Amino acid sequence: MSCQLKGREEKAGSGVRGRARSSSPGTGDRSRRRPSRKQPPRAERVAGRRGAQPSQKERAEGSPRPGSPRRKQAEHQRLREDLGKPGRSSTKRTCEGRRKRDGRASLKEQRQRAPPKKEKEALRKETRKRPKKHRSPSLASSTSGGESLSEEELARILEQLEDKKKLIATMRNKPWPMAKKLRELREAQEFVEKYEGALGKGKGKRLYAYRMLVAKKWVKFKRDFDNFKTQCIPWEMKIKDIGHFGSSVASYFIFLRWMYGVNLVLFGLIFGLVIIPEVLMGVPYGSIPRKTVPRAEEEKAMDFSVLWDFEGYIKYSALFYGYYNNQRTIGWLRYRLPMAYFMVGVSVFGYSLMIVIRSMASNTQGSTSEGENANFTFSFKMFTSWDYLIGNSETADNKYVSITTSFKESIVDEQESNKEENIHLTRFLRVLANFLIICCLCGSGYLIYFVVKRSQEFSKMQNVSWYERNEVEIVMSLLGMFCPPLFETIATLENYHPRIGLKWQLGRIFALFLGNLYTFLLALMDDVHLKLSNEETIKNITHWTLFNYYNSSGWNESVPRPPLHPADVPRGSCWETAVGIEFMRLTVSDMLVTYITILLGDFLRACFVRFMNYCWCWDLEAGFPSYAEFDISGNVLGLIFNQGMIWMGSFYAPGLVGINVLRLLTSMYFQCWAVMSSNVPHERVFKASRSSNFYMGLLLLVLFLSLLPVAYTIMSLPPSFDCGPFSGKNRMYDVIQETIENDFPTFLGKIFVFLANPGLIIPAILLMFLAIYYLNSVSKSLSRANAQLRKKIQALREVEKSHKSVTGRTTGRDSEDTAQGTSQNATQLPLTKEGMTPHSASQTQTPDKKAEDPGTFGSASGTTLPASQGLSVARPTGFRPDSGHARPQTHPWRSASGKSAQTSPH
Amino acid sequence: MGGSGSRLSKELLAEYQVRGTPVPGEFARGPALASGVPGRAAGRVRPPGGPLNPSRFAFQELTFLTKQEILLAHKRFCELLPQEHRSVEESLQIRVSLEQILSLPELKANPFKERICRVFSTSPARDSLSFEDFLDLLSVFSDTATPDIKSHYAFRIFDFDDDGTLNREDLSQLVNCLTGQGEDTRLSASEMKQLIDNILEESDIDRDGTINLSEFQHVISRSPDFASSFKIVL
Repeated sequence: MSCQLKGREEKAGSGVRGRARSSSPGTGDRSRRRPSRKQPPRAERVAGRRGAQPSQKERAEGSPRPGSPRRKQAEHQRLREDLGKPGRSSTKRTCEGRRKRDGRASLKEQRQRAPPKKEKEALRKETRKRPKKHRSPSLASSTSGGESLSEEELARILEQLEDKKKLIATMRNKPWPMAKKLRELREAQEFVEKYEGALGKGKGKRLYAYRMLVAKKWVKFKRDFDNFKTQCIPWEMKIKDIGHFGSSVASYFIFLRWMYGVNLVLFGLIFGLVIIPEVLMGVPYGSIPRKTVPRAEEEKAMDFSVLWDFEGYIKYSALFYGYYNNQRTIGWLRYRLPMAYFMVGVSVFGYSLMIVIRSMASNTQGSTSEGENANFTFSFKMFTSWDYLIGNSETADNKYVSITTSFKESIVDEQESNKEENIHLTRFLRVLANFLIICCLCGSGYLIYFVVKRSQEFSKMQNVSWYERNEVEIVMSLLGMFCPPLFETIATLENYHPRIGLKWQLGRIFALFLGNLYTFLLALMDDVHLKLSNEETIKNITHWTLFNYYNSSGWNESVPRPPLHPADVPRGSCWETAVGIEFMRLTVSDMLVTYITILLGDFLRACFVRFMNYCWCWDLEAGFPSYAEFDISGNVLGLIFNQGMIWMGSFYAPGLVGINVLRLLTSMYFQCWAVMSSNVPHERVFKASRSSNFYMGLLLLVLFLSLLPVAYTIMSLPPSFDCGPFSGKNRMYDVIQETIENDFPTFLGKIFVFLANPGLIIPAILLMFLAIYYLNSVSKSLSRANAQLRKKIQALREVEKSHKSVTGRTTGRDSEDTAQGTSQNATQLPLTKEGMTPHSASQTQTPDKKAEDPGTFGSASGTTLPASQGLSVARPTGFRPDSGHARPQTHPWRSASGKSAQTSPH
Repeated sequence: MGGSGSRLSKELLAEYQVRGTPVPGEFARGPALASGVPGRAAGRVRPPGGPLNPSRFAFQELTFLTKQEILLAHKRFCELLPQEHRSVEESLQIRVSLEQILSLPELKANPFKERICRVFSTSPARDSLSFEDFLDLLSVFSDTATPDIKSHYAFRIFDFDDDGTLNREDLSQLVNCLTGQGEDTRLSASEMKQLIDNILEESDIDRDGTINLSEFQHVISRSPDFASSFKIVL
């Protein structure tokens, strides 16, 4: 037994030696084990075959074998001396084990000699593998060792093995210096290495080894993949640089990057499944009316001013809805484009919804419940207020100031927490401020409605000026630019705490943007309805024109007329493309306004302040203009609303997502540059993490709100009769029905019809409601239990406080003693942790001994006893503080809880 | 410098790939793993003083850092070294003095920089950092480190006199660090006393006048944004 284990150790040693000599790492378990069983023949053969091979390897292989008994014994003796235990039986066992093993080996030898062909094959394999193997010979001992382990030993080793593995896995969580971690890791790894192979049995061994190999490869692959993944994340260094401004500014850029990732996926979806198939396989440009610029627009269709408004050739391109044909299948792939268009439109929303909710959930998982924060206001300010990412001295100074003010504020709050002065004035001012802001909101809404209406007037007229054409976008951008500062000015009336003030401000900007967007949409809807009502007459005109064209007299009857040129066919005003163009223009103008604001408001201002400061009456840097701050909340909201427009518009303008990807990419670089060059860090540095889910919530809301109009148009408006992939259908979603009817077997169609039956849908919805209700009640009860537990802890603390004060008054010396004791215990806590490791180290040795020598079990247990004693000594000192608390607490606390239970109903 | 730096990191990478693979169950390692690697290992310069530790480069097992971060850390560490000590082997042995570490831009503005270095230093005088210590530091301050280990080290950083508890002196020193050096931001003595009283009131559960590690971790574990702010990225 012992010699087997020793042999294994030795083999590991020889393996290392062998590797050191020829620098070839370890060989497989499988390959090592098999040869070891039929070692004698192979040794002869190989020696014969490779007579000219370097003798070094032979030495490496051969040396352990002749020397093994001797070395084993020597090592054993050393070990015995170390442990101070008698080893009479062990030497005997060594020999026994050797004999047994030899016998077994020879038996196997014979068995394997029987089929010569097989053997030869195996041999060939081995000779091929041979150069890599150096540890194989001594393996014979280890393989037979596993079988003679008794059950409980096996179980114990298994347990320890698991412990060690766990230790290896969690090594990085240990607060030790690296050298210690390395040492521990090496010990644990040696242990695992030593015993892992011994655990499988017989035939299972190979499988076990194989499984281990696969598991290890998998771990390695996973780590490499993780490395690769982190390498692929763009802008890591850029964001790190920005991190010197504090984590909140960095969090905006992380959000921007996340948004970019989402948009890339959406872009891939739309581009790969809709635009590319259409371009490659669809009918080419100019072949049908919807893909041709009408005769009236032809001459100006390539002008830049026209293209800039997304008219002309761009309007009749694959970027917009109207370009797509309603052919059911296109190309030799018989690609079902209308179906793909519809499904992509749906999956854009599906994917966005999924990813937003997932990231929200992962955000909430990390944070604990916010309800219990109130207990630790001072401690949080003290221990967690420094942002270690700050690497910029200006930011650090700002941070010092803000921390100091927050300390002072909280001290003052604490001192006069319930002092209320002139509450009526405050209330009046707040009502006034809200009134003013609501007026602003209504005004901006009406302005937008008015402007959109006017633009519809303009669109009917000829030769309108540039301003009149772009009035809507300009007005919306200006509102977005000037209203937030106005709100901020009004908000100073309210005198809220800055954090609450920020929330209000965000809410108001959100309301403004949302109101603007929805007024815009409503006005657009009016326009769409107008166009739809005109559609019938246009349809008649088209039919009439075509009819007249083909049936008019004065044409030679014998020659068939050439078909009417597609540019000449009268057509409807494709409302889907019009909507898409509106969103496209809005996005582009929004982008331009953002960039111009950065350039003028930030960069030029910074330049002015920096260079005019030498020759100015007052200090510009400290005084009025100073440098601009980076407005995180405004930028995040802008990003969210921009994304909302993308979601809404992407169904009608598949190219919109591409534009947005470009926009995000440029704004990443541009805003980075602006922050680094011309902004100063925020004076009120807010924590980023707290509001990240708030922003995500806003994003979700915007996603939902942008889903509504799209769903409305898909479900209840008829598509244009002569443009787009759904033309000729009554509703857009008819495309699904069509596909089911034509492409699926009939029974599937029946199943779909059955599923769409209200008799089935209503119960399903009911079931969902029930599930929601159930989960809601479960979570409520859980949170109630949580609150109760918290109350218990609080009561416990209260009681303890009073207890302490009483005892402190009565027996000062006593309490001093306990205090000393607890502090001592506290200092011992790390010590005991340190103490645990030698103990665990000794534990790693004990199995060696035990496994080595079941005969001397008693003595082995004798050696383990001190270790366990050490544990039992270590544990009380480490754990006494807790138990010491628990004991005096239990009784008072019970009474306290009883009291609270009595008082709570009242 | 850039060229030599990348060469160094390549060597380190080779090291890491040879040695950094998890050794557990070396038994079960397949022959496939051996391919190609020996050449790189053989090409490596062997240090004059004895063979290298076999698992010295298992840093990834031992830290929360990715391969790139380790390589970057090594590069930055080498930049702190004098030119003649920049080979891989030497850079792993040598220690960098406190002043040089403190000059890193990542730590420059940090009021706790000296405490951080002292906590992570393993030299007897606690005034220098080896590469391993440096990696330890970065690992604790990395994004993926667990809140537990972060709070453990935060406690040790705040424990200015290294006595295992946060007493009133530690706390007042901590407040002074947080409020900066300027006179206008300093707290008055009465404010300081009030503040520390409040903190002890909240956090000192066993009422012994000091905050010990478990109390500290109890408070910190409830903070929503400790883990996100206790972070240094190289």
